[in-house]
Amino acid sequence: MTLAWAFDAILAATVLAVAAWTIVARETFAAVVGFVAYGLLLALVWVRLAAPDVALTEAAIGGGVTGVLLLGAAARLRGTAGVLVDERPGAAMRLVVGVLCGIVTAALAATVLLLPDPAPTLAPEAAANLTTTGVGNPITGVLMAFRALDTLLEKVVLVLALIGVWSLAPDRFWGGAPGPERRAQPDDALVFLARLLPPVGIVIGVYLLWVGADEPGGAFQGGALLAAMWLLAMMAGLATAPAVSERRLRLVLVAGPAVFLAIGLAGFALADAFLAYPEAYAKPLIIIIEVVKMLAVAATLGLLVMGPPERPPQR
Amino acid sequence: MSEVTLFGLGASALVGIGLYGFIIQPEPLRRLLAFNLLGSGVFLLFGVIARRGAAAGMGGDPIPQALVITGIIVAFAGSALAVALLLRLHQADRGGAAPGGDAPPAGGGDGDRT
Amino acid sequence: MSLALDIFSVLAISAGAFFFLAGTVGLLRFPDALTRLHALTKADNLGLGLVVLGLLPRADGALGALKLVVVWVLVLVAAGTVSQLIARVAQRVGPSP
Repeated sequence: MTLAWAFDAILAATVLAVAAWTIVARETFAAVVGFVAYGLLLALVWVRLAAPDVALTEAAIGGGVTGVLLLGAAARLRGTAGVLVDERPGAAMRLVVGVLCGIVTAALAATVLLLPDPAPTLAPEAAANLTTTGVGNPITGVLMAFRALDTLLEKVVLVLALIGVWSLAPDRFWGGAPGPERRAQPDDALVFLARLLPPVGIVIGVYLLWVGADEPGGAFQGGALLAAMWLLAMMAGLATAPAVSERRLRLVLVAGPAVFLAIGLAGFALADAFLAYPEAYAKPLIIIIEVVKMLAVAATLGLLVMGPPERPPQR
Repeated sequence: MSEVTLFGLGASALVGIGLYGFIIQPEPLRRLLAFNLLGSGVFLLFGVIARRGAAAGMGGDPIPQALVITGIIVAFAGSALAVALLLRLHQADRGGAAPGGDAPPAGGGDGDRT
Repeated sequence: MSLALDIFSVLAISAGAFFFLAGTVGLLRFPDALTRLHALTKADNLGLGLVVLGLLPRADGALGALKLVVVWVLVLVAAGTVSQLIARVAQRVGPSP
């Protein structure tokens, strides 16, 4: 029983306690705050699992951007919070569901304890082929070269989710901008922060993208940071939400998957297969894809948080 | 019991907690929270498997870790769509009144502390 | 020399942890929002500052140390702004149970 083991045990117990509290908390707002805290603790768990890239993504997207999304939703849904409380199932039903969930947990725990030893792994093959991709970070190599198809489809999924969100606008607002007509006058402290932080945040976001080639980081984490800075500027009233029908915005959103797809199709001509990079040009191509991807991801994440258009389009 | 197994058991418990909350809670937003808990528990299981695959000088198998990164982002996209649906349903239940409801809380805090 | 640095690290981080503990106790025990914010700022500013100070000898190079200090400054800025915002809302809404 070493100190590291004790730390891991306490961390795991705290994560479980916060998760349980998120479920049983009475107020929705308290539950959402608990969820954000849970996301940050989970990032610590990822660091302990030797996955710093995943920890960065969890802290930025799982904790940060999802937190903003859910807090905004909790604030807007505040009126209906208490309405459905009488529909809570009775104690007997809760016991039955608890037992069934306990069975699911036990089955998963048994699987964890019975995992094969030595564990099968693809790490040696990834390490052996990493030099052909030109990047030093194996996660970036996997995301951009070995499993590039997954990343391409994920970008498409993001655009589809955004279309889904936009399509929820009432017909008369189609093409307008998200956000209510009159925003409450933002606080001076928030305006100060929104003037101070975005330059720093943009530099750090670009740094995360650039350093992701060889060390933990990457386009998604940098894009999430850029999206957060954009949301901050809009919350403080220093930037206005763009109209959904604006051509430049749509170009930025589509550019991410489109450039990726174009380079992938060019792989037929320049290398052997779809999404294969010619060996000499692998690193520059990956950088091009990542830069465009970061901008597209930043725009998409920001727009997903802002929601469907709520103002009629300017004629 | 190694630390990795400890986290594996914790991930299984998270899946159970998330599933319980998802079934029991009547409110849609609380269900979304529980669903996110369930998803992050599954991702942790991936992480445990990745950690056990440490080899060739790396701390963990990079393939499952990359899958988890993709999963976190897609889960966020799903949550955003779910929230938009919830808010629209809320508006429709109130008789399709003017959207937006109350103005968002002035200065609800910045979105990212990294 | 490195033993002295290690002792310094341990002392500084322990002091930082003590301030975090004090801040948490204040969060749980103080009666209303404004006093709780007062307790939390002690944890954020002083506690984190001491922890960063204790970690500086162990950072790799000047750049790593600079990154640690930048983290502390960013947390200061963010925590200060958020405390202001919460305090203004608390003042407007009035004391609540």
